[in-house]
Amino acid sequence: MKTDVLTAPHSIEYTYTRSTGPMIGAFMTGLRDGKIIGVRGADGRVHVPAIDYDPVTSEDLSELVEVADTGVVTTWSWNDQPRSGQPLEHPFAWALVRWDGADTAMLVAVDCGDASTISTGAKVKARWADERTGTIHDLCCCELQS
Amino acid sequence: MSADVVDEAVPPVTVIECPTRLDFSYTPGVAQSRFLRALERGEITGQRCPKCKKVYVPPRGACSMCGVATEEELVLSGKGTITTFCTTQIPSPGLVPPYVTAWIRLDGSDITSMFLIQECDPAEVRLGMRVEAVWVEEADRKADLGNISYFRPIDEPDAEYETYKDYV
Repeated sequence: MKTDVLTAPHSIEYTYTRSTGPMIGAFMTGLRDGKIIGVRGADGRVHVPAIDYDPVTSEDLSELVEVADTGVVTTWSWNDQPRSGQPLEHPFAWALVRWDGADTAMLVAVDCGDASTISTGAKVKARWADERTGTIHDLCCCELQS
Repeated sequence: MSADVVDEAVPPVTVIECPTRLDFSYTPGVAQSRFLRALERGEITGQRCPKCKKVYVPPRGACSMCGVATEEELVLSGKGTITTFCTTQIPSPGLVPPYVTAWIRLDGSDITSMFLIQECDPAEVRLGMRVEAVWVEEADRKADLGNISYFRPIDEPDAEYETYKDYV
């Protein structure tokens, strides 16, 4: 019994609406305004993105702090084959970026052309979306600063 | 929340959309590909286990009970018996409630399949009810189970309970 084996695209998609809570909400609201918002922790460190509870003492956090949209790469890896839905369609770096004024780093795409151009300690600047709506996509990626 | 940090002029963000999507390339394998090609021709096919003689629809290429390959293929009539059903009262895309979905034992097979029941008052649906497949127009048929729009009742006496009791 010889048969041409069939194949077909099969996609599963869920819509999912989540409430942000006050701190992530402030972070998202900040992105819409072109700002990066963190929160001061119990020990004085500034966490970015803003978080609801202190990671050491678990107490409620509420002191929002705006940090710069420039920062430093603390570690990175190269994404040679970007997939659908990722921030850029051409190869880029996934990097942990510590924004100036922050004490923690967050994951951001860095559009730097080639893996040889990026290194730990590299200075970067945010590239913002033209139209911002209050999602993580408002912060398109980072660019290297010379 | 200090005013100089967050602009209060427009309402703050309180919810975000996080759609999740997985893209697969699905391949049904040899046995089910043959089944789907048959559907394209307007036939429902099954495969018989050489050991226990049970007929599987759709065929998987092997008998899950005996663990042997199933090669004998047969064409079924497209008629069957309702063995279990559910009446749904809430809307679903393209379906107006109340609507009935039923497990149907196709004549000549030893497994049930779930299909929509239409052309029938939901209150009339019962175990043992005899039904037949309603196909989409020939020109619109593809290698797809969607070729069968639904099942509808046929003018036959209900099946004897003994004939479907193992499938309820």
